[in-house]
Amino acid sequence: MRDVYAVGIGITSFGRLEYPLSEIAAYPVMMALRDSGLREVDQLYVANMGSGRVNHQTGLASAVVDTLSLTPAGAEVIENGPASGASALKQGFFAVASGVHDVVAVTGAERMREVNNLEATEFVATLTHPIAESIYGVTLPSLAGMFTRAYMEKYGVTSRHLAMVAVKNQNNALLNEFAHLHQEISIEGILDSPESMTNNPFVADPLRFFDCCPVSDGGACVILASREVAEKTGRPLVRLAGVGQATDTHCVHEREEPTDLLAVRRAAKAAFQMAGVGPSDVDVAELHDAFTILEIVESEEAGFFKKGEGHLALERGETQRDGRLPINVSGGLKGRGHPVGATGIAQAHEIVLELRGEAGERQVEDPKVGFTCNFGGFGNNVVCLVFRREN
Amino acid sequence: MPVDLEKILRPVDRPMPPFPPKYMTIASGEEMVIRQVDRDEIPDVLSHVAPLMAVERDFYDVVAARVYAELLAYYRHRMQDEYVLVAQIDGEICAVVNGRMVDEKTGMSLHTLSLRRGLRIGAHAFAAKMEYHMDILGHDEVLVVAESPIGFRRWMIEYKLEKRFDIPHELGGVPSYALTRPLFERARGTLVIGRRPVPEGLLAKAKEAILPPSDPPTPPEDLMAATRSKYDPTGTALILQRWVQEGKVRG
Repeated sequence: MRDVYAVGIGITSFGRLEYPLSEIAAYPVMMALRDSGLREVDQLYVANMGSGRVNHQTGLASAVVDTLSLTPAGAEVIENGPASGASALKQGFFAVASGVHDVVAVTGAERMREVNNLEATEFVATLTHPIAESIYGVTLPSLAGMFTRAYMEKYGVTSRHLAMVAVKNQNNALLNEFAHLHQEISIEGILDSPESMTNNPFVADPLRFFDCCPVSDGGACVILASREVAEKTGRPLVRLAGVGQATDTHCVHEREEPTDLLAVRRAAKAAFQMAGVGPSDVDVAELHDAFTILEIVESEEAGFFKKGEGHLALERGETQRDGRLPINVSGGLKGRGHPVGATGIAQAHEIVLELRGEAGERQVEDPKVGFTCNFGGFGNNVVCLVFRREN
Repeated sequence: MPVDLEKILRPVDRPMPPFPPKYMTIASGEEMVIRQVDRDEIPDVLSHVAPLMAVERDFYDVVAARVYAELLAYYRHRMQDEYVLVAQIDGEICAVVNGRMVDEKTGMSLHTLSLRRGLRIGAHAFAAKMEYHMDILGHDEVLVVAESPIGFRRWMIEYKLEKRFDIPHELGGVPSYALTRPLFERARGTLVIGRRPVPEGLLAKAKEAILPPSDPPTPPEDLMAATRSKYDPTGTALILQRWVQEGKVRG
């Protein structure tokens, strides 16, 4: 296989966007092309989960490739639930690594604010098992609530730990101009004050409002290319060094140990193996914190901390922006937002930015290896990526 | 015999007991004071409301224009039995709410305008307004409408307001919803919160000056956004043209 490099990146603001979905997907590609200095691509992958259902638009890739005047490049939509973004990057990786294509643009976009929050939650819940889960009213917040309760009882995680993740990530987002949420929050305001129950009500006990990511519109793009092309762009060489994917049972209740996220464990292991590095080599990570508990658990399953000790590392400040392993310096899904199809690519965007040393105020110190975890379903389809800076 | 026309035009306000100020900690950890403003403070409030009339987003333009008119009418004695509450953090204005008394039993909620978005600032201010009607003015119900979907979610859905569609609301004659006393009591302690008395220093800071919002709502990037249909095929071309003009992309 050939080495594959991230040569261009682009992103929209996350939040509520007032232009059509095809433009949300196209705009970051234009930015990424400008970033790389390239004008053409061989192939376009568009990561998206809900255009047909939420936006009444199918064949999104055809619309985007034409919007960008990139025809006759190949164009396809990749749908893998909330892990669509990293799945599309995986396809782009193999397209370049195999030698079939030299330049592949991978963009992700979602326009979820077209519907209200209840409809958006119901739309995302379509990824659950239709007969065993969805029919009983299961939603992602409800699954996450049950998972959190079990995790708290088994490992001693408390509401305070969850609030610490929320405060860390939402306040990290203050430094990200593209983030959905630009509102500082504090432990006092969401947990300790007499008004905290109103400020931060329960959504799915024990998860509260600030434990859940917002419903966002947004798009992000990473252009992948061969080394030959990457060197010509003159941009810092950031290699997509490891790609790992793993699946788990569709139904959460069929898992032998419901507090384990085996797909994260296996996907991370595969990605590290391909990249030739281990968890201890990682300098910066973007984890899929759709719910605050997930950041803690993924940090354990990826191997950064021992199982059941992620919350202790959080207590020690190790995952803060200036900590030993900064996690979600972009704000994560919690602060940056979670347009489901775009999230995996936005994570990669952030890591490339950090490895290039171009992250501005939120730049972590001299990172060489970055990691992303894009979590599909409720942990039933997970894609992890490892990026390495080469110069 | 000369006629003092002003005496005819100026409504006679009925006595309304004052709203006792309260405060609360919002999600940011900041302490927000909600208090009633005097008539002579209205010009300061108007100066902060006026810029929002140009914000073509979430009905800010409509709401700000109406709030401006209602507050100006209050200031110039052209509206009867009106009151105005403001929410402030460190003196900075965060929300304006107003309403009026219809009679001894009924209140009319007029507007809730958030000058700083998120963190339930507008929701807290609205709750204070309902508290004024129910606890201080002794009303049995308050007539409410919403101009924006956000308002509808906050008032009609969160409080589960009852329909009073046979009563046209003073805002545009649209069908009213009503907050009744049982609904209010159900919301007390969950949606209607706050502490009294306000610490002296906190209240003094709020009264010292009504400072402008540091992060007010801004107009959408695309000026056509509010009027463009969801699937307008010309949107792409227009936005691309603007990006080219701004040098964001190559032509």
